[in-house]
Amino acid sequence: MNLLAQQLVNGLFIGSVYGLFAVGYTLVFGVLDILNLAHAAVFTLGGLVALWLVQTAGMSIWLAFPLATLFAGLLGLLLNQVAFAPLRKRADSQFSGLISSIAMAIIFEAVAMGVFGARSVRFPQGTVSVHIWHIAGVTITSLQVGIVLVAALLMVILTLFIQRTRIGKAIRAVAESERAAMLLGVNVNGIIASTFFISSALGGAAGILYGLYFDALAPDMGRSIELKGLAVIILGGMGSIPGAILGGLAFGLSEVLTVAITGTSNLRDAVAFTMLFAILLIRPSGLLGRGKMREA
Amino acid sequence: MLEQLAHFYAVYGSVINFIGINALMALSLNVTLAAGMLSLSNAAFAGLGGYAAGILTLHFKMPYVVSLCGGALVAGIVGLLLGLPVLRLRGVFLAMATLAFGEVVRIAAVNLDITGGAEGLTGIPNVTKTWMIYLALAGAAYFMANLRRSRMGWALVSMREDETAAACLGIHITYYKVAAFTVGAMMAGLAGGMYAHLNYLITPRDFGFFVAVDLLIYNIVGGTRVWYGPILGAVLITALPEILRGAGVTAGPIRMGVNGLILLMVILFLPNGLASVFAWVRPAAVKAKTT
Amino acid sequence: MNDLLVRNISRSFGGLQALLEVSFDVARGTVHGLIGPNGAGKTTLINILSGVLSPTSGEVIYRDQALHRIPAHRVAGMGVARTFQNIRLFPAMTCLENVLAGHHLTALRPLLPRLLRLPSAGREDRKLMGESCEILARVGLEAKSSHLAKNLSYGERRRLEIARALSFSPKLLLLDEPVAGMRRAEAAEVANLVRSLAGEGMTILLIEHNMSFVMNLCSQITVLNFGRVITTGSPEEVRGHREVIEAYLGSGDHDA
Repeated sequence: MNLLAQQLVNGLFIGSVYGLFAVGYTLVFGVLDILNLAHAAVFTLGGLVALWLVQTAGMSIWLAFPLATLFAGLLGLLLNQVAFAPLRKRADSQFSGLISSIAMAIIFEAVAMGVFGARSVRFPQGTVSVHIWHIAGVTITSLQVGIVLVAALLMVILTLFIQRTRIGKAIRAVAESERAAMLLGVNVNGIIASTFFISSALGGAAGILYGLYFDALAPDMGRSIELKGLAVIILGGMGSIPGAILGGLAFGLSEVLTVAITGTSNLRDAVAFTMLFAILLIRPSGLLGRGKMREA
Repeated sequence: MLEQLAHFYAVYGSVINFIGINALMALSLNVTLAAGMLSLSNAAFAGLGGYAAGILTLHFKMPYVVSLCGGALVAGIVGLLLGLPVLRLRGVFLAMATLAFGEVVRIAAVNLDITGGAEGLTGIPNVTKTWMIYLALAGAAYFMANLRRSRMGWALVSMREDETAAACLGIHITYYKVAAFTVGAMMAGLAGGMYAHLNYLITPRDFGFFVAVDLLIYNIVGGTRVWYGPILGAVLITALPEILRGAGVTAGPIRMGVNGLILLMVILFLPNGLASVFAWVRPAAVKAKTT
Repeated sequence: MNDLLVRNISRSFGGLQALLEVSFDVARGTVHGLIGPNGAGKTTLINILSGVLSPTSGEVIYRDQALHRIPAHRVAGMGVARTFQNIRLFPAMTCLENVLAGHHLTALRPLLPRLLRLPSAGREDRKLMGESCEILARVGLEAKSSHLAKNLSYGERRRLEIARALSFSPKLLLLDEPVAGMRRAEAAEVANLVRSLAGEGMTILLIEHNMSFVMNLCSQITVLNFGRVITTGSPEEVRGHREVIEAYLGSGDHDA
């Protein structure tokens, strides 16, 4: 029973990182009906830049984290400017946006490889001081708790932002119907840029947390999470932020439990993708998603 | 002169082979892209075909051609079974379902004994010769060129432009989607079978997510609206690392970055691919006949 | 005799009742108008008749065959063609290619003769080409046959849609706002086209807001409002019908 509890706890931690990553994905999809496949590359660069700040610039993680997150947000603006905005007028903008995001992902990963090298690197010792607690037979480290807290905090901030602020409301308006929002005087282009900023910042933050959690960063670390992120947002419902969070947790739990039950990590991904496949066939809108596409 | 050619082939022979295989696989993706379907499972179909062909040769001692046909058939049947439920999905949903399928196939290949696990299937006799690859490619290209002007070709292109309008013209959307999907799967399976017999082995990594994305890139860069577009894209992208190496660029990141940059430039400025530079590209059925 | 029998067609979307017990008949070889204020349910009805949508209840009989629960491609197979209010052309194709594409039901275009380079393939292609050029000429677009559909003017696109609908020689033609946005002269030409098609035995049901177009062209008109039929009758009967006048009061629909 303790083992199960331990697995649940582990699943929760990794799930919250997945959730944070997925929220960024789903935010852009919700507003633009576009899948930004460069999100995973921003995730990677966020982590690597934070590492660089800590290791080379000697910053404390508490400063490096927000700075790297900000940098990731700026990458999002770049993405929008270069790869998405020029294509929005096209009839097949969904498809061509997807392709240009793939192109940007390749470019970003190439930059990561060029600047940081191809090997796996880690945050230096002592970046985060780690305490270990044993509660009811379950082992928890302060790092894990910190990660969950940070992820949860970011998600709460985001939710409040979307619900309460004017920009947040404008984002929801554009997500609902771009034309109506424009008629209401919303600066649609600005809102889309803001959405990318927020989404990429969150993705970069997830990358930093992921790098801390797994104690490893590499230019291709985005690859493994890319497909998982897709699975998460399908599971949770594309365009739904609470769905992405729940989906992330569910996904993290299922991953950890699969390994625990089968005793091997080989089938872990297979179960996840079979689940994804089944959901797409049975209920493509996911757990909490909207059934239809937004109007133009 | 002959000596130089022989030397060229000795050095670049394997690249030439890969170009041919990649071009064939790119064509297989084109069948579904032509209909507007973003299906990303062709790498997996190639893998299925490759493994099936390899197993037929190794365990059942089948002759090469029989193994190839077996591989294509297996891929086709799986394609048919997969296509029926999955082709109801649109756009990114279809892409994701097919990607998920691809991952499941890859993981199965890694974990099953009969496929040799992560090391793959080894010891497959390297029967495939360059001329065989290019013969198959030529056949597939001829098939695709003529498909465009056939009833099915017109139906697929109409569906891509506007599915509802196509249905109201009597086009049975589901039937053609499944047909395109299956034809593409068989073509990919054939390519996979040839690949398996090329270098003695086939591994799960040969048919994963990134190969699937590569096939998409070949099509986009080359152009999806003409039969020679995917071939053009495959040739360019596969040969590019060699060309860059010849120019003194060996670094991995730069080659990768160039790939990404080419894709970006194409999608931004030449959305119909490089092929659109050679002809003012439109469904070409009419041009030859208008005199 | 009556070709098309619409019987008690109802359609709701969630809580919204778009059509309620709509019934009328359309006689063969006539031009039948379908009018009503915006939101009256006209396009929904056309969607049901063409198989794009299924009714919640009721039936549609076309030449003694039930039409109402058949998918769109089989409805087309029964000889029913339509145009779309929002214009659904094949934008990346030329005018000629749009019409060639429309020949799906009537052109065999088999693959094998093509692969074997048999002369029959070329013969069929030339025949289709000739037919398509004729259809384009009929709607007045022969000069634009090699222009891309997306580059046409609004009125030309509407005419191209009609041409494409004609390409598989339908017996029943459903036109959704065929002259919207057209100047008087262009609309008059379309009216002549519709008249000549009806003269050849085609049955035509059209939706339009252009009142003079409808009144001059249609032998029978059905008026819808809020998803219900107000009346069906000749143009004179409809023009003077009290409820019809009330339905349109203040809606500002005048001839173009």
